[in-house]
Amino acid sequence: MTEETAEPERVGKPESIVRRRIRKFRRIKRGYWSFLLITAAYVLSFSLPYLMNGTAFLVRFKGEYYVPAFRVYQASTFGQQAFGEADYRALKRQFDAEDNGNWVLLPPYPFGPNESLLDLPGTPPHPPSWEHPFGTDDRGRDVLVRLAYGFNISLTFAVLVLLIGDGVGIVVGAVLGYVAGKVDLIGQRVIEIWSSLPFLYTIIIVSSIVVPVYVPGRMQVLQPSFWLLIAILSAFEWMGITYYVRGEFYREKARDYVGAAIVTGVSGPAIMFRHILPNALTPVISFAPFTIVANIGSLVALDFLGFGLPAPTPSWGELIGQGMENLTKWWLVFFPLGVLFATLLLVVFIGEAVREAFDPKEYSRLR
Amino acid sequence: MTASAANPVAPVLDVKDLHVEFDTYGGIVKAVRGVSFDVHAGKTLAIVGESGCGKSVTVQSIMGLIPMPPGRITRGTAMLDGVDIVQQKIVNGRDIRGNRVGMIFQDPMSALNPTMRVGDQIAETLQVHRGYSKRQAFDRAVEVLTLANIPEADKRARQYPFAFSGGMLQRAMIAIAIACEPAVLIADEPTTALDVTIQAQILDLLKDLQRRNGMAIVLITHDLGVVARMADDVSVMYAGEIVETGSVDDVFYRAAHPYTLGLKAAMPSSTTPKDQGLRPIEGTPPDLFAPPDGCGYFARCPHAMRVCGPSHPPNVEVDPRHNALCWLHHPDAPRTVSELHRRVQA
Repeated sequence: MTEETAEPERVGKPESIVRRRIRKFRRIKRGYWSFLLITAAYVLSFSLPYLMNGTAFLVRFKGEYYVPAFRVYQASTFGQQAFGEADYRALKRQFDAEDNGNWVLLPPYPFGPNESLLDLPGTPPHPPSWEHPFGTDDRGRDVLVRLAYGFNISLTFAVLVLLIGDGVGIVVGAVLGYVAGKVDLIGQRVIEIWSSLPFLYTIIIVSSIVVPVYVPGRMQVLQPSFWLLIAILSAFEWMGITYYVRGEFYREKARDYVGAAIVTGVSGPAIMFRHILPNALTPVISFAPFTIVANIGSLVALDFLGFGLPAPTPSWGELIGQGMENLTKWWLVFFPLGVLFATLLLVVFIGEAVREAFDPKEYSRLR
Repeated sequence: MTASAANPVAPVLDVKDLHVEFDTYGGIVKAVRGVSFDVHAGKTLAIVGESGCGKSVTVQSIMGLIPMPPGRITRGTAMLDGVDIVQQKIVNGRDIRGNRVGMIFQDPMSALNPTMRVGDQIAETLQVHRGYSKRQAFDRAVEVLTLANIPEADKRARQYPFAFSGGMLQRAMIAIAIACEPAVLIADEPTTALDVTIQAQILDLLKDLQRRNGMAIVLITHDLGVVARMADDVSVMYAGEIVETGSVDDVFYRAAHPYTLGLKAAMPSSTTPKDQGLRPIEGTPPDLFAPPDGCGYFARCPHAMRVCGPSHPPNVEVDPRHNALCWLHHPDAPRTVSELHRRVQA
């Protein structure tokens, strides 16, 4: 019984391999801080309507409170000479000047993503100023605000495509690898055929069939909706990971613990997803950050070409496209590309650290 | 204990004429060629033989672990509780495997899932077969671990396999196999991967558990020391066939097949003179792509006769419940068994 008494202090300290890897990941500072930064920025970006928006939180007008953050008020409500929704920035200037007990509480950065700021001096695009540090685009919309909203949309898009694509890919790869035989043979050929479809042409064709957007007088560029775009990209994304998952399943199913599970009478799906999958996730997790980079890249490229998200959606690709059309307006080139570069770099740092954390070798150049 | 309790003479597991083949690029490998054995409640049957003789394939085909394709069970039955588990394993597999038959693997380091807590792996089989809730199953798993002599089982059950030593992993493996109190426990070289002191502990544990639940044990090994310590009956396998079967005493002291004699002669003992080297069995086992028509041991047998090459030897009952697959025991054979013994001993 010497084997048990030799190391009593280890008893009762369960640490899974996952926890060990997380600990290793946290030791890789560059990746870990990139992860914290991106996560914090992404979580914060969901409160953008309350941080960067032209609509006020709260208005006090003639002794009464109005909450524009949750309700739409007509301009006439506050005595403004205009149609449509009230202009809260103008209202604030007016109330500040009058100083008669009325006030407006605006978000910290009081410009919306789809607001054309046509009251600025000169013609859009306006160069950077103290009020608009990244300038405005060719329709007079604040570039900083559009980049911030675009960050949320790009990352949401990339993560959703990743989840759907990898979800499908894992299931298909698992079935191919575990069932093997004819299913694998036929499945692989189907995947090969599917993967030879040209991605860009499919997007153009599908979007032209599904969403022909007509505006009276002229035809807009054909643009699919957010969800259709996710569906199309997912349909092309799932294949890559199947090869890795399939390979992992082939390797893992030959190991004794799978035999032990079969022998204890566990059902096939339970063996696949409870026993083998946790041991086959390494490539999935290692590739995830790089897949996110690829997805953001795809979305930007599609937006740049005009086959991306529908028109007023704040998007990085569309801004970069504007930059190419207005090369002399440096802020339309520099800031969108800079933000894109910074985001992708941080995600790549995360990916590098994740890969490192999953590396069974203890020492390497990154530490 | 249903079938065996009703009729104590009937074996718990009765394997008859099992044939297993594998399709390979080189052709069809006939790995198991008509293996029959039975094992009774509370008894231990040891299957011995050299590497590649089909010991593991035999039990794997019984447990449904043969990958099909390329594997194929072409003939044979394995009756347990009146059910043929070789043919019925898909229909009835979940009730049999893990519930009525448990299995222990050779290498405990790789036979437990590294991403699951040990307790959960034991609990899983209880959830499947007994319909226990997660909590119930885990509590029972701790009990079973205690039964398998694991100290502080409640804490150990919450650990992952890599926190266990090799001997403890094998105990955990045994705990999984016996969790549902099976009628038959199949142990495929359970001590080969362990060092000798731990081997003894594991064998003692198996014996102890057998005394407690009266289960039958099928022990696969190539260690004749383990056989002497554990087994009641022994089957000697060679080239996919069982060449000799009988009680431990029969096989050790009254061996009837030249291969068994060769194995015993090859074993070094404390009385072997220092200057005398090991005495191996010359030659190699036959090619199982094209197994010989006659005796598989023909090419290596020092007592081979002309009949052994072309004709398959008969299964002769030399003593009651002691059979050998050998022409030497044929009434027309020129030499007697006692003569054979003298020659080998000399």
